[in-house]
Amino acid sequence: MIKFNQVYKRYPGGHEALKNLSFDVAEGEMVYLTGHSGAGKSTLLKLVAAIERPSSGGVLVKGQNIRSIKPAAIPQLRRNIGLIFQDHKLLFDRNAFDNVMLPLQICGFEHRESAKRVRAALDKVGLLDREKANPVALSGGEQQRLCIARAIVNRPTILLADEPTGNLDAEYSNEIMNIFKSFHQVGVTLLISTHDEGILRQFPARALHLKKGELQA
Amino acid sequence: MKTLLEHLRVLNYTLRRLLLTPNATLLNILIIGIALSLPVGGYVLLKSVQTLGSKIAGTPQISVFLASGTGSADIERIGDKLKQHAGIKSIEFVSREVALKKLQQSSGMSDVIGGLSQNPLPDAFVVYPKDGNVKALEALRDELKTWPRFEHVQLDSAWIHKLEALLDFGRMAVAILAALLSFALIAITFNTIRLQILTRREEIEVAKLIGATDAFIRRPFLYFGLTQGLLGGIAAWLLVAISLQLLNHQVGNLTQLYASNFSLQHLSLADSITLLGFSAYLGWLGAWFSVSQHLWQIEPR
Repeated sequence: MIKFNQVYKRYPGGHEALKNLSFDVAEGEMVYLTGHSGAGKSTLLKLVAAIERPSSGGVLVKGQNIRSIKPAAIPQLRRNIGLIFQDHKLLFDRNAFDNVMLPLQICGFEHRESAKRVRAALDKVGLLDREKANPVALSGGEQQRLCIARAIVNRPTILLADEPTGNLDAEYSNEIMNIFKSFHQVGVTLLISTHDEGILRQFPARALHLKKGELQA
Repeated sequence: MKTLLEHLRVLNYTLRRLLLTPNATLLNILIIGIALSLPVGGYVLLKSVQTLGSKIAGTPQISVFLASGTGSADIERIGDKLKQHAGIKSIEFVSREVALKKLQQSSGMSDVIGGLSQNPLPDAFVVYPKDGNVKALEALRDELKTWPRFEHVQLDSAWIHKLEALLDFGRMAVAILAALLSFALIAITFNTIRLQILTRREEIEVAKLIGATDAFIRRPFLYFGLTQGLLGGIAAWLLVAISLQLLNHQVGNLTQLYASNFSLQHLSLADSITLLGFSAYLGWLGAWFSVSQHLWQIEPR
């Protein structure tokens, strides 16, 4: 599903964020990405979502080579990837319902069908009773769950989560990990970056450990 | 069907955005309206003057005024001579009595004329030339000037050519004005959309992250430009209509004095549709320039 082959990522100015990365993530697999901040976790996730392109090496996502993907093909790729951000990236000019609606509008879903889907996604993350609330009025944990609802409403086959439990206490973190676990059980491929040791112990899965842009054995 | 629904959704969204900031929207529409109403108003005035000109012009004619004291035998001889001239199609004799009566009837100056103790008008021939060409007319006029007992020879269509030249000048002025203000309209829309893109940067970024195509992101901005341009066009139409109403009132007073029924005509249906279509297109164009200039700068990081 995701395949890295000798991937390097250098930024202008010479900073080398990723060095010689090679790994595979199989379809339906759940994989952690661990390491200190600055180790290159976010950069790796950005390569998968075609937000950045590798400087050299091959990144294959669902058979598409990110290095040579045409700009016009990127939207279609991203519709198959649910992105969950540490800073949520919610829109504060609309309520929770409309935030989750956005991906469906982008895909051109019919209104009644998409309303059903939005409610299902909100229900999944336990926010069905808050659909009219503005994201500002939601707690940090609720905002993170809203971000997840938006990522899954389109039923993507890959979920990428960048520090999804970063700023949350243990109780909220467990809630969110349970949600991820349920996606894993229905066959979604998950790539979760985290530095939370507790989560790794409680929800064990394969982990890729990054250190200064290199994969540690 | 799906795309139609999507377009309706965006249109609905655009209208709500316009209503969200009613003051700014109204101001923009008014600015566009005023900018467009200037060339449109000029066009309307020119068109009215032009129809007035062609109404009066009819066929070209040369008026020949005879020296006072020309006897009826002389008049008959001159008439025959004119009829035999190769460049003349027909002639009409207007005696001084008939001319006075005509004047009394036509121009509302009966009071002034009634006060005259004697008829000041000369006998005259109206000459209808065969060739309506300006050069031919002028040549004929110059020839007739040399004939004896001809006091004054006047080419009546001369002023029409002057008017035509003046109208050409006016048309060019209106065209330049229209071109300049069209650029202004594009610039106004360009700037409005630029500000919108900047304030909605976050939304655009998120939309790109969750798989929005460029067309999807562009669409609401293009609709906004189109709608604003169209509303500006409607404003211009209304401004011109109201101005004409006011002017026609004044023109009415004026033409009554000259006993004519001239009035300024409003834009025809075809002209109105052209105006609205053009203003909507310019709005769309301004938005398109703005979007292609600014949208690529917003890439998610």
